[in-house]
Amino acid sequence: MYETVIGLEVHVELKTKSKIFCGCSTEFGAKANTQVCPVCLGMPGVLPVLNKKVVEYAVLAGVSLNCKIAGYSKLDRKNYFYPDLPKAYQISQYDLPLCQDGYLEIETENTVKRIGITRIHIEEDASKLTHEGDTISQSETTLVDFNRGGVPLIEIVSEPDLRSPEEAVEYLANLKAILQYIDISDCKMEEGSLRCDGNISIRLRGSEDYGTRSEIKNINSFKTLQKALEYEIERQKNLLNAGERIIQETRTWDDGRGITLPLRSKEEAHDYRYFPEPDLVSIKVDNKWLDRIKLSLPELPEAKRARFIETFGLPVYDAEVLTKDKGLAQYFEEGLKTYNNPKKLSNWIMADFLRLLNVEQMPVSKSLVKPEQMAELLNMIEKGIISGKIAKDVFENMFKTGKDPYEIVKEQGLGQISDENKLKEIIDKVIVNNPKSVEDYFAGKEKALGYMVGQIMKETKGQANPQLVNTILKSSLKIN
Amino acid sequence: MELYNYTITEIQDKLKSNEISVTDVTKSVLKRIEKSDSKVKAYIEVTGEKALQAAKEIDDEIHSEKKLSPLAGIPMAIKDNMCIDGIKTTCGSKILENFVSPYNATVIEKLNAQKAILLGKLNMDEFAMGSSTENSAFFKTCNPWDLKKVPGGSSGGSAASVASDEAFFALGSDTGGSIRQPASFCGVVGLKPTYGRVSRYGLVAYASSLDQIGPITKSVEDAAIVLETIAGQDPFDSTSANIPVDNYRKNLKEGIKGLKVGIPKEYFPDELNPQVKDVVMKAAADLESMGALVEECSLPHTEHALTAYYIIAPAEASSNLARFDGVRYGYRTPVADDLLTMYRKTRQEGFGTEVKRRIIMGTYVLSSGYYDAYYLRALKVRTLVKNDLNKAFQKYDCLLTPTSPTVAFNLGEKINDPLSMYLADLFTIPANMAGIPAISVPCGFSNGLPVGLQLMGKPFDESTILKAAYAYEQNNSWYKSKPSIED
Repeated sequence: MYETVIGLEVHVELKTKSKIFCGCSTEFGAKANTQVCPVCLGMPGVLPVLNKKVVEYAVLAGVSLNCKIAGYSKLDRKNYFYPDLPKAYQISQYDLPLCQDGYLEIETENTVKRIGITRIHIEEDASKLTHEGDTISQSETTLVDFNRGGVPLIEIVSEPDLRSPEEAVEYLANLKAILQYIDISDCKMEEGSLRCDGNISIRLRGSEDYGTRSEIKNINSFKTLQKALEYEIERQKNLLNAGERIIQETRTWDDGRGITLPLRSKEEAHDYRYFPEPDLVSIKVDNKWLDRIKLSLPELPEAKRARFIETFGLPVYDAEVLTKDKGLAQYFEEGLKTYNNPKKLSNWIMADFLRLLNVEQMPVSKSLVKPEQMAELLNMIEKGIISGKIAKDVFENMFKTGKDPYEIVKEQGLGQISDENKLKEIIDKVIVNNPKSVEDYFAGKEKALGYMVGQIMKETKGQANPQLVNTILKSSLKIN
Repeated sequence: MELYNYTITEIQDKLKSNEISVTDVTKSVLKRIEKSDSKVKAYIEVTGEKALQAAKEIDDEIHSEKKLSPLAGIPMAIKDNMCIDGIKTTCGSKILENFVSPYNATVIEKLNAQKAILLGKLNMDEFAMGSSTENSAFFKTCNPWDLKKVPGGSSGGSAASVASDEAFFALGSDTGGSIRQPASFCGVVGLKPTYGRVSRYGLVAYASSLDQIGPITKSVEDAAIVLETIAGQDPFDSTSANIPVDNYRKNLKEGIKGLKVGIPKEYFPDELNPQVKDVVMKAAADLESMGALVEECSLPHTEHALTAYYIIAPAEASSNLARFDGVRYGYRTPVADDLLTMYRKTRQEGFGTEVKRRIIMGTYVLSSGYYDAYYLRALKVRTLVKNDLNKAFQKYDCLLTPTSPTVAFNLGEKINDPLSMYLADLFTIPANMAGIPAISVPCGFSNGLPVGLQLMGKPFDESTILKAAYAYEQNNSWYKSKPSIED
């Protein structure tokens, strides 16, 4: 009966070396108020100077999201009072943003859907408040850390084209992947370098008009995005079904209670009194500069996915998993340089590698195992030097220590036993020691064979070449 | 003649010839401040000890070095809205009464590099809003020519200190006439450079698109010397221009034969004091006698410049002054239960009446529903004013007008009538609106009070108005007159 309409506003911290209007560092995690200067503190008499890299990164984002890039744009002042805003105005972009009219594709159940991107603009981040209580009005003291103030942001606003929380999550995931691919941001929601607000409303299916929307803030993970949107849909449905109206308001997601609560209503909304920033000149992106930026665009996730499928013959699922994270995709391609079986490499990465990375919450870049080493290990399996089973243990060791597989195998004597004579010796021994199993086997119980294989593996500490064991065992039993 | 009576050029000569030491000069002017500033009240803070220390250091250096930078050892004073590291910058306001700046304004860095001597910080209308210096939160400065009169504003302290020989030069700031009008009231030279000629980094902003720092001096040549030092592009100010700095001092002596001077008729309205008009017209005739071609012209949108200014400037000011919220520096109200109360009481108690008036006006004209009708429209009027001047400059090299409709008025006369106070800026505002350079130079007296002649020039063509002012100045002897600073 009802249709959900969702739009997302995503703020992304750009990983430029210095802030947007001054030379202070943007490094995350520094001691409070150590990355500040008169400019980002809003001292009397200071002036902003625009960081050119910020414009480049924003244009790169616009190009990768199929936007039109404005040849002429400007900055504006957004005026309001709050302790995290030193100048009592934020320098942002109002009516002439750098990028407009783009799109991002997401996959729904059966099709590819285009989600419109209304605009992308640059602005400065506010500082960080730490309240003694829950909110500023519930605290005797509030501490302000100005390190974050002035860090460059781009704000990416989507059209209200999303129709479900799942689509919203997919949109955000794809957006994050692209931004990481073009390397303009770390996109870490847990560090605040990727932030998301959702606008959500519902309407009767088939209606052209939009329902009243609420804005949801304090979404700090993909999971909470899904939960918060799901909750809102229910809340709004219940209100409408009870014959009540939806109030246009900003609500905050309370993760502890799993609900949204009102933050401020439209009546209390600020009048930002936007006017063009007189301390900065306009931004002109000419075709030469735009072309240079376009040339610097790396292969984007979609294209990489397609290439993995076509060139390497990988199934769609594999291609998607591998390209979700740029680091992982690079790892895969590195590994392929010395191990030429894309599907097997993909399997290994998806099963063993990702599992260990997840357990340790480790990004690919921090892995002690280098792609060449993984390739070496897989080559060793190919050549029969170790069994697949042993390789898994070796890999866990490699993951912890970063040692080469050859080293580990040598140290621990894990080499696969493929000496047929040696194997025959052990196999014959097992046959002699297990007359009941032999009997069962000839009686037609296949399980007995497996049991004997298990005994052989036990004798050889799992290092016996399984194919050879099978062959020799069967032939030995025949002889008997 | 005491040392403090001389001009920069005269002191430069004496220092070069080793006739005097920098300490001599500094001691002399500090003594002068001690004697006359109790009456003039130009200084908010005198940094006497530091000045003498700096003087001694330069004297030691001078004996070993042969070449002196032009302003080496020249004692100066700075309007109190320019930041100096380690010294209070109050902007004439309670809200910054104890604010010590942690950095130097770019112009201060440049003057320090030349080893000019800092005498102290000068009184001003609070946050540069005013035309009489009566809006200072601390005290009123008096006109050295008649202590019952205002020195003009907002750079009243700057003009009065130079006029009373309490400094060899001062820096002021000009948003709607705040250098030129007090210079004309006090009988000294005041120059507002082209917008973008001098860096605004470190100047506490009033109206960002109008503010400029400029010199107030005893002579035109002195102004040229100071301008050469403070002008130039600054990487810390995106609005400063990438245009080479002229050799203003050298260009002074070019002469004005064939100079095309326009006299816009809109600057001679009925409000203009007839004696002022008389004096100014005599100055025009004087230029003509030196070979300039003087002719009447028209700038039709002049009358609208003032109203547009009093929309644009307060609008920008309302935003620029929002940072004074008691959170990080400056005054904070001692008792407040919540954030909003802290903001309200801090600003209510910290700001003076005129500042609050302009913040309210500025907030109003930017607010939702009114932006188009007021701010946007005022910006369009600004373009018309600019176009008038561009058109005039196609025909003329510079324009000649009175600096102010009146001479200095009485202390207390206009303070309760803001609108009549605003009219004092009638002739100076257009130059700020168009961003063009303008200079005020003494051209006579009316009822014993100085009259100022204004010359406006093309963008970045300070050289032309300086040489015209110089030619006029040298052909007369107004610059030789000094006030006697009697009660």
